[in-house]
Amino acid sequence: MLATEFLVRGAVEFGEPGVFMMFEENAAELTANVRSLGFDLDQLVQQKKIVLDHVHIERSEIEETGEYDLEGLFIRLGHAIDSIGAKRVVLDTVEALFAGLPNHAILRAELRRLFRWLKNRGMTAIITGEKGEGNAITRYGLEEYVADCVITLDHRVHEQISTRRLRVLKYRGSAHGTNEYPFLIGERGFSVLPITSLRLDHAAPAERLSTGIARLDEMLGGQGVFRGSSVLVSGAPGTGKSSIGATFADAACRRGERALLFAYEESSAQIVRNMRSIGLDLEPWVKKGLLQIHASRPALQGLEQHLVGLHDTVQAFRPAVVVVDPISNLTTERSDAEVKPTLMRLIDFLKQQQITTLFTSLTTGGSTASAAEDSQVGVSSLMDTWLLLRNVEFNGERNRTLYVLKARGTAHSNQVREFVLNDAGIALVDVYLGADRVFTGSARVAQAAHERSAAELRREDHERKLRQLASKRKAIEAQIAALNAEGEAEEAEVKFAIAQETLREKTTQQNSADMGQLRGGATTANKATKGKR
Amino acid sequence: MSTITQTYELRLYVAGQTAKSLVALANLQRICETHLAGQYRIEVIDLLKTPQLAAGDQILALPTLVRRLPEPIKKIIGDLSNEERVLVGLDVQPVNG
Repeated sequence: MLATEFLVRGAVEFGEPGVFMMFEENAAELTANVRSLGFDLDQLVQQKKIVLDHVHIERSEIEETGEYDLEGLFIRLGHAIDSIGAKRVVLDTVEALFAGLPNHAILRAELRRLFRWLKNRGMTAIITGEKGEGNAITRYGLEEYVADCVITLDHRVHEQISTRRLRVLKYRGSAHGTNEYPFLIGERGFSVLPITSLRLDHAAPAERLSTGIARLDEMLGGQGVFRGSSVLVSGAPGTGKSSIGATFADAACRRGERALLFAYEESSAQIVRNMRSIGLDLEPWVKKGLLQIHASRPALQGLEQHLVGLHDTVQAFRPAVVVVDPISNLTTERSDAEVKPTLMRLIDFLKQQQITTLFTSLTTGGSTASAAEDSQVGVSSLMDTWLLLRNVEFNGERNRTLYVLKARGTAHSNQVREFVLNDAGIALVDVYLGADRVFTGSARVAQAAHERSAAELRREDHERKLRQLASKRKAIEAQIAALNAEGEAEEAEVKFAIAQETLREKTTQQNSADMGQLRGGATTANKATKGKR
Repeated sequence: MSTITQTYELRLYVAGQTAKSLVALANLQRICETHLAGQYRIEVIDLLKTPQLAAGDQILALPTLVRRLPEPIKKIIGDLSNEERVLVGLDVQPVNG
């Protein structure tokens, strides 16, 4: 398969025609088999880009007598190569030669000669062989002397899920990776995924994306998450993870970006229907081609296969936003050691494409915060932003709360918010903080009512006080008036007394003056006149 | 055993005039003369001249002797130095003597 792809890609993409010499399948079978990968060999053959040559060896038809060589094979190959000017050659599988021809000594010598000959002709050749017993790399030990590069493929089943792996054993004159790499044969052919990208060198744009929930954006420093970052939403069952995911995708579509939703729990129709219940209509986006929903059971394929599926879809669709709901389903049957590198690869891949990702993850029950956090430690370190959804059970009801556990590079809120799902979508509501606990749900509403009535009472109280004050002021004013009146009365009295006194004095002076006149003193009379003035 | 009137149509594939192909041709002619006198026809195909014919009879090794008739097709590879094996391969009863 690798060989076929090598040849086809060579022919189609690099303009290097190839010869495929097969010893096991015949041309028609091969053509049919690879058509499932999207290769049209017939057409390539007609375009003279590929020559298919089926070499049939039937043991029963062959008798050996004396010396012989494989010149015939050389000639056939040479002819095929010349007919299209081939640059690439595939021999699949040389083991068949060993099965067909009994004299292995000759075969070995001839094959060595063949490879040398191919090399001299400047051919890039892929020779496939079966893995030998035990530690032998190939059954007949060919790799030791013929190949510049040896790649082994194998197939392992672990926990009922098989993974194909590839390893470069040797590659002369190159620094090759020595690890085993999982690979897949997918709809687009063969794909190998490097275990991890060697360097963490993806760009980090400062652009922010809205999560579709205004209050959540606010909690994340006011503008949402960074483009190209990864967000983990974890929570217990029914905490609204999928809804956040769908809202996120919806927000992307509203911005006119493409969103890709991988669902491992619900079918796409079900998602569309269910999201309508919270006022999200995803259908127009799907119809417009902005949203793609891929729903499948996680157990359908191995982790690698999922990963490649993701890769392929992402490459084909080029979304701005990817939602995986939930990753925990991918992890159910695999060990953490396997899941983490896979996710790492996925995240690295998506980051390199500048795709913002939202993963949801189901935490196993655990109503305490620490349990929920613990279960995700494995993957959380890969995430840039981590939202935790929690059910708070209090007062006979469960309410959803949300808080931001971490958000790299963002000033994020440390507040717990209540998370309300209704037919208008998702809303985050401030929780009421009591003396030592937060209030959510009806308790919050009750608390709000309570506070409202308290406020009402206070307001009435104020009004009453104001009224009291007014009447008091009136009383005081009245008192002031009374006092004023009293003052006036006293003033009048005093004036009256003064007037009386003055009058009396005048009268007395008059009397004394009269007395003086009467007694005949002029001076005294002048004095008295003066005093009057 | 002289009731066999079947004609043997033999085709010998070689690549150029190599030592092996000459030996093979010589051996073949000798064996045929000895055991199949008058009942055979030999066609020598030089694949260096006509490489496209190699695919037709599924030729890998050279020299190869192909018994095209009678059916089924039989192939004998090598320089035909082992007369006994050649006869077995061709399914020919050896002529005693």
